[in-house]
Amino acid sequence: MAYSDKVLDHYENPRNVGSLDKNASNVGTGMVGAPACGDVMKLQIQVNDAGIIEDAKFKTYGCGSAIASSSLVTEWLKGKTLDQAAEIKNSAIAEELALPPVKIHCSVLAEDAIKAAVADLKSKQVGSKEAA
Amino acid sequence: MSDRAPIYLDYSATTPVDPRVAEKMIPFITEHYGNPASRSHPYGWTAEKAVENAREEVAKLVNADPREIVWTSGATESNNLAIKGAANFYAATKGKHIITVATEHKAVIDAVRELERQGYEATYLEPEPNGLIDLEKFKAAIRPDTVLASVMLVNNEIGVIQDITAIGDICRANNIIFHVDAAQATGKVVIDLESLPVDLMSFSAHKTYGPKGIGALYVRRKPRIRIEAQMHGGGHERGMRSGTLATHQIVGMGEAFRIAREEMAAENERIRMLRDRLLNGLMDIEETYVNGDLDHRVPHNLNMSFNFVEGESLIMAVKDIAVSSGSACTSASLEPSYVLRALGRSDELAHSSIRFSIGRFTTQADVDYTIDLLKNKIGKLRELSPLWEMFKDGVDLSKVQWAAH
Repeated sequence: MAYSDKVLDHYENPRNVGSLDKNASNVGTGMVGAPACGDVMKLQIQVNDAGIIEDAKFKTYGCGSAIASSSLVTEWLKGKTLDQAAEIKNSAIAEELALPPVKIHCSVLAEDAIKAAVADLKSKQVGSKEAA
Repeated sequence: MSDRAPIYLDYSATTPVDPRVAEKMIPFITEHYGNPASRSHPYGWTAEKAVENAREEVAKLVNADPREIVWTSGATESNNLAIKGAANFYAATKGKHIITVATEHKAVIDAVRELERQGYEATYLEPEPNGLIDLEKFKAAIRPDTVLASVMLVNNEIGVIQDITAIGDICRANNIIFHVDAAQATGKVVIDLESLPVDLMSFSAHKTYGPKGIGALYVRRKPRIRIEAQMHGGGHERGMRSGTLATHQIVGMGEAFRIAREEMAAENERIRMLRDRLLNGLMDIEETYVNGDLDHRVPHNLNMSFNFVEGESLIMAVKDIAVSSGSACTSASLEPSYVLRALGRSDELAHSSIRFSIGRFTTQADVDYTIDLLKNKIGKLRELSPLWEMFKDGVDLSKVQWAAH
């Protein structure tokens, strides 16, 4: 169980831990994984009027690599558009954190969490446009 | 804290060699290096005498005859020799069915699995939620062709003590050879093989402050139990286990078992006090569960699950203490502990379990430090946990539809 320095840093000092208002119209929430599998990630993004992600928060139940993967993507997400966010690939996360093969699934989960949060936000925006 | 060695609370994985043991061993590497099988000179005689003294000490701890003790390389070999050796010897007369328990050590489970590959059939009993075997279920598993049963005395992960007297009586009544893995039991529970209905019993030195690489198998003489050798060669150990005897290791095991016999009563009382202190401290933490029965249990073991915290991150969080998540033998894999799963624990609780095992050199300060560390770190990980947040919001997690991956 040799973790890279970057994983240890994110694990010891996780960035952007917390929750945003999941009912707000400019907040998208992605919850992926399952307790039985040993990891659950909740990732939330908040966009401004220009469609740029201005805040990102996470909570993760999982191993050090899962915590680090989700902590890292909250840093990456800020300042991106939704389309840019959806382009973040698990391979980039795995490379940045030097994840060993048995931990690649943590980066996959983080990518899935981003996609789920973006999809949630987009569905809200479509909904609000239809309402308007 | 990180620049000093972590506090050792993993005595069930292995123990340090007691300095008194190490001291006794050293001359048998440097001075008395003779082969105990050499009959023609004093080098051999000295080594043989030391081996036989050690055999006597091992026998004394478990109230057996020294002639019933066979040296092996450790409990894994003893388990293999007992299970395969007895099954092979008695299969022709009795049959090819074996009964064991799902929570046994892998050295028993995998030895039985190997026999299954050779054409034997096996029943793996599921224990009750407290880790103990229901005797009625054991009886129900018996078949006319059951040749052997193997049940451990003390479980390595949860420390529960099985009622081997009752199980052995059932085996006797049904003409079944009874093997007991006692690797985790020596120096912790009183073992009296003169009265116990046990035919074969496995021992290890390194769980009882002796060196690694040495163990023993008890093979009953009255009534005589026969086993087929698994290691062939010079016919050492009355043909049951060939191979030059490792004199220094054997001397170490003998001394370790002598100390255990003399000190176990006082030592276990002290260890129970420390374990109860640890238990009481950790029970202050919300959503915390003890795994395994607390009454039928050695005082050295505390196995607890911390809900809503993932096991591996928990182990990372407590790196200032040396503990195991499940069994040390399986902690390299991502699977939850098979022992806790067999108790019916959910995957989540099995994942978030820690085995604390206390021993001869554990202090009260070690225990107090551990309690503070756990309280602090579990609080921190729960702040990070979406499951904890949902639990606190009153969400029933069993009703959530998870996006499994």
